[in-house]
Amino acid sequence: MVMANIRVVEIENLSKRFDSLIVLENISLFVSRAENLVIFGRSGQGKSVLLKCIIGLMPPDSGTIYINGRNILELSLNELNKVRKNIGFLFQGSALYDSMTVKENLSFPLKKIFPDMKQSEIDEKVKSTLELVSLEDAINKMPSELSGGMKKRIGLARSIITDPELMLYDEPTTGLDPITTKEISELIINLQKKLNMTSIVVTHDLICAEIIADRAIFLKDARIAYEGKISDLTSSKDLFLKNFFSNEIIHAKEESIKV
Amino acid sequence: MKLPKVKYGRRLSYKEYLFNFFATITGLTIFNIEFIKQAFIPPYEIAEVKKHMDELGVKTFGIVSVTGFIIGLVLAMQSQPVLARFGASDFLPGMVALSVVRELGPVITALIFAGRVSSGIGAELGSMRVTEQIDAMEVSAVNPFKYLVVTRIIATTMILPILTIYVIIIALLGGYLAVIIVESMSFEYYRFAVINSVEFGDLIPGVAKTFVFGYIVGLVGCYKGFTAEGGTEGVGKASTSSVVIASLLILIFDMILVKISLWLWPTLG
Repeated sequence: MVMANIRVVEIENLSKRFDSLIVLENISLFVSRAENLVIFGRSGQGKSVLLKCIIGLMPPDSGTIYINGRNILELSLNELNKVRKNIGFLFQGSALYDSMTVKENLSFPLKKIFPDMKQSEIDEKVKSTLELVSLEDAINKMPSELSGGMKKRIGLARSIITDPELMLYDEPTTGLDPITTKEISELIINLQKKLNMTSIVVTHDLICAEIIADRAIFLKDARIAYEGKISDLTSSKDLFLKNFFSNEIIHAKEESIKV
Repeated sequence: MKLPKVKYGRRLSYKEYLFNFFATITGLTIFNIEFIKQAFIPPYEIAEVKKHMDELGVKTFGIVSVTGFIIGLVLAMQSQPVLARFGASDFLPGMVALSVVRELGPVITALIFAGRVSSGIGAELGSMRVTEQIDAMEVSAVNPFKYLVVTRIIATTMILPILTIYVIIIALLGGYLAVIIVESMSFEYYRFAVINSVEFGDLIPGVAKTFVFGYIVGLVGCYKGFTAEGGTEGVGKASTSSVVIASLLILIFDMILVKISLWLWPTLG
């Protein structure tokens, strides 16, 4: 259940530019506890940059980012790492460590975040997390032996293995077929409910958003252009949103190909 | 750690090449300072250092064995007729030993090591960078510089001297093979002549400089890989430029270190 009074993430007037290109301008948003916020936007609109700012991988030019009431931009690396221990991040390309097996990939964050954890406990946790994503058989495989969907699942397992309070998903379903997209999205929402996590999901996939989102925002021209429930956005009369969410563009293209 | 960005592009102007040259020198210096700062801060990741030393040793063992043997063999084969012309064939073992111990062993091993390891590290870290694996490490509250860079630089610095001593021994065996092909000489005499001509003072500067060479190989490979950008093309560039820069720096530092060792041990001259 969304706890509107407790804000896990609160961003105020965040701006980021690369040379002359303004990517984010005065972005302000919040995410409440156990809420799933979906960030929409066309490619290159700064969605991933926003996520990377939240986790502290990329410093913004101005603005503030509060996570559980602490401005992460004012923290030292050690303090930031303490905050990061409560955050999971699923990368667009899964970012599994090539030189490690699935088991080692999943053990790695556990060993680093909980150095006192016993090997038997680590093994047990790895096993149970792989069961959550239905990939127990892949435990000794190398990332190169996994399919795209399996990589996403393992990436997801690695992000949730430390039981994070906040999950950040960068395009969790990009490059997957609609059935796998639906499976991954349902997996995300089930895990979210089971573990009572707060999530921010960056995507431009409507199937994924409809399954996951409690609330959605739309980034356009470096600003938040629209905000509301996913049903409000998809049924909006705004021409841009209509175009984005409908399949008219596809049909229009098909027509032009026929001509 | 803020590093200057190297300019990429298919056709760079001379001005941009010059900029890249200074940006690389500055970047390597900053990277070097960061290594010194972080190497002494716990946790020390000793298991990771051991793992890299194992891997690097195994990876280069075969190629340095063959190279070392051939160097000794060819050096003796080339020198034998010249020495024989002056009636100085007896000096052959000593000459081979001194050349291999003082210069050829350390430098050739370092150059082979740079070709094999620096490019490997550049490609590995480069691909980790472009596929966001380094970012993934950072969000897992792990310091990637410490985990990936510091451990590799320590491993290359420690393993190269060991490999060099091994190459020197193999090269001397190669030299013996060349000697017995052209003239009869017992292994006992060869061993005696080698030990008599090489002093401990010859071995120390020869092996000591390989610590510096090992450090250079690790530092350059890690710097190029860690700062790679631009997808697979960037990874390729990181790999090749690591070898070029590391080899060049090895030769430059060899020159400087030879001068320093002659100054410290004047009897070597």
